[in-house]
Amino acid sequence: MAIFRARRVLWRSFSTVSSHPLRVCIVGSGPAGFYTAEKILKTHQGSQVDIIDRLPTPYGLVRSGVAPDHPETKNVINQFSRVAQNGRCSFFGNVALGSSISLVELRELYHVVVLAYGAESDRVVGIPGEDLKGVHSAREFVWWYNGHPDGRNLDPDLKNTDTAVILGQGNVALDVARILLRPTSELAITDIASHALTALEQSSIRKVYLVGRRGPVQAACTAKELREVLGIKDLYIHIKETDLKITPADEEEMKNSRIHRRIYELLSKAATAGPSRPSSGQRELHFVFFRQPDRFLESYDKKGYVSGVHLEKTGLKGIGSGKQIAIGTGQFENLSCGIVLKSIGYKSVPVDDLPFDNQKGVVPNVKGRVLSDNSGDPTSFENGLYVCGWLKRGPTGIIATNLYCAEETVASLSEDLELGVLASTTRLPKLGRDGLLQILDNRNVRVVPFSAWERIDKEEKRLGSLRNKPREKLTSWEELLKVAGSE
Amino acid sequence: MLISRLSRVGFRVAKELSRGGYTYMSRARYTQRPCSQYQWSSLELLPETRAFQGSIFQKHHGLSTSASDGASAGGDEEKETISVTFVSKDGEEIPIRVPIGMSMLAAAHENDIELEGACEGSLACSTCHVIVMDMEYYNKLEDPTDEENDMLDLAFGLTETSRLGCQIVASPELDGIRLAIPAATRNFAVDGYVPKPH
Repeated sequence: MAIFRARRVLWRSFSTVSSHPLRVCIVGSGPAGFYTAEKILKTHQGSQVDIIDRLPTPYGLVRSGVAPDHPETKNVINQFSRVAQNGRCSFFGNVALGSSISLVELRELYHVVVLAYGAESDRVVGIPGEDLKGVHSAREFVWWYNGHPDGRNLDPDLKNTDTAVILGQGNVALDVARILLRPTSELAITDIASHALTALEQSSIRKVYLVGRRGPVQAACTAKELREVLGIKDLYIHIKETDLKITPADEEEMKNSRIHRRIYELLSKAATAGPSRPSSGQRELHFVFFRQPDRFLESYDKKGYVSGVHLEKTGLKGIGSGKQIAIGTGQFENLSCGIVLKSIGYKSVPVDDLPFDNQKGVVPNVKGRVLSDNSGDPTSFENGLYVCGWLKRGPTGIIATNLYCAEETVASLSEDLELGVLASTTRLPKLGRDGLLQILDNRNVRVVPFSAWERIDKEEKRLGSLRNKPREKLTSWEELLKVAGSE
Repeated sequence: MLISRLSRVGFRVAKELSRGGYTYMSRARYTQRPCSQYQWSSLELLPETRAFQGSIFQKHHGLSTSASDGASAGGDEEKETISVTFVSKDGEEIPIRVPIGMSMLAAAHENDIELEGACEGSLACSTCHVIVMDMEYYNKLEDPTDEENDMLDLAFGLTETSRLGCQIVASPELDGIRLAIPAATRNFAVDGYVPKPH
């Protein structure tokens, strides 16, 4: 440890006296990107860190993923904005990896490139009817209510049906259910996008089904989110008592997982707590366990529209190490609905010249060091290329997970610098920021620096204050770029 | 709940006004430890950055002038603060004095101890997770609320005596408490989130 430290100190003094700074570019300004930036700035005094994002706005899923009624979770933005204001750090929005600038170019310009651009696509269920109208991914729905500029045109039909089916029982599924069921008066004072608030105020959705392939012991949500949805004012909760029966294998799973034990307890309590029937007009939330979607049903009278989901009953099968998976039983049933939201996981998208594991949907890496290919050779690395966040480990975990993920990636980077793996590149000066801005200027890319984001931020807060909201998000590219560009 | 929290804040402010010597101590550490370099260097930046950081500084080190003024006058400092030892990820022991009524998260930040606080103490994250090193002290704490337990579910390297730093508030009986900051990277490799099939 002491040696390691001494080395670090040595490196630090070396990098301070050396004539050129360590130039780092981070792609993506969500939690993974900002935690990485914070740690690099702290560990490497001679570093200069540029963060690029394809949106004009920073903070990734803290802005467009975290639910509007979770303002406390967004407090981390304060910490990230302090990072962005560090004199050795810059933010450049409206710069898309792949179209504004290529990965090859970035690696030419910078000593180190860290990819932290997350997962902007969805896993597909892969069953018939998935492209029917009314079948959406939860990600699209979340982008829509959070005012993501690429989500504003979703326009989900909430008026012609009283029933929504959500596939999945993770936190995103619970967020979506809560937004559909929560009194809109409570949402009106959040930073929810105004187009979404209007649509929810006119919504006729009264019943929401949360469908999971496995049982209450395996549910993938966290206790906070579950407690919250169970606590919605005047909401009828339905959980089949037979679904709560547990097997020795379930008990084993709970013994090994505090969170699964507590989730099960919450669900058990909720199953018996309320009245056995909903009162008339009451909103309803149904937990449907042990069902997997087989196909989406098309409406008879509205061609091309979804009218329900054909579900197969499942049972659990142990696969060793205490894990259980769902197996179809061959028994089926229909669940009618007018809208389906698939919340079965996000998926990362590769860019040109980036090794990518299509199976896992991640960049192959060892502790954040990008591997040259998927062949399983764990010794051949892409020099100076690192990865962090969902692109590195898949789309799971909470904001804090990225903190540890960034620590790991930056530790790899530091080790490579200390051991001289990066020496050949870091010895040479790189154009970095100046080179990047030059290329972007030549291509007429309208870069949105942090000061321009601050204009957007200020304007959104001003508009919000007029409506008793903490913020009124600008939800179109045009508006965002206009306000960003106004001096 | 809200009322008790408000009164706690009021109490905290009052205590901060009367505490002495404490800020001076923390400043001394501030310059000694390498991790503080980053913060110092960020203070020497653009004027607007400096102003911004200045406001943060003021917030965290609230009323530092009056506090250090009180240092010479305040004779009953011992009764106002308790001794707390943080054990960093590297195993370094960092003894500090914490005014009664202040949370361990706030105390850590005042003393430039690297304890994360993503949600700023609003019980919406688990980043200020600390491990109470002696069961005896752990038992002196009030039981965690459901909300704290919900967050502890997600803490990395959870132990029997884990708590959130924002929920431990300095009180006389906690004098001498030792809190370990879990070494996250090590735990990450062991307890890392495994993608769950639906």
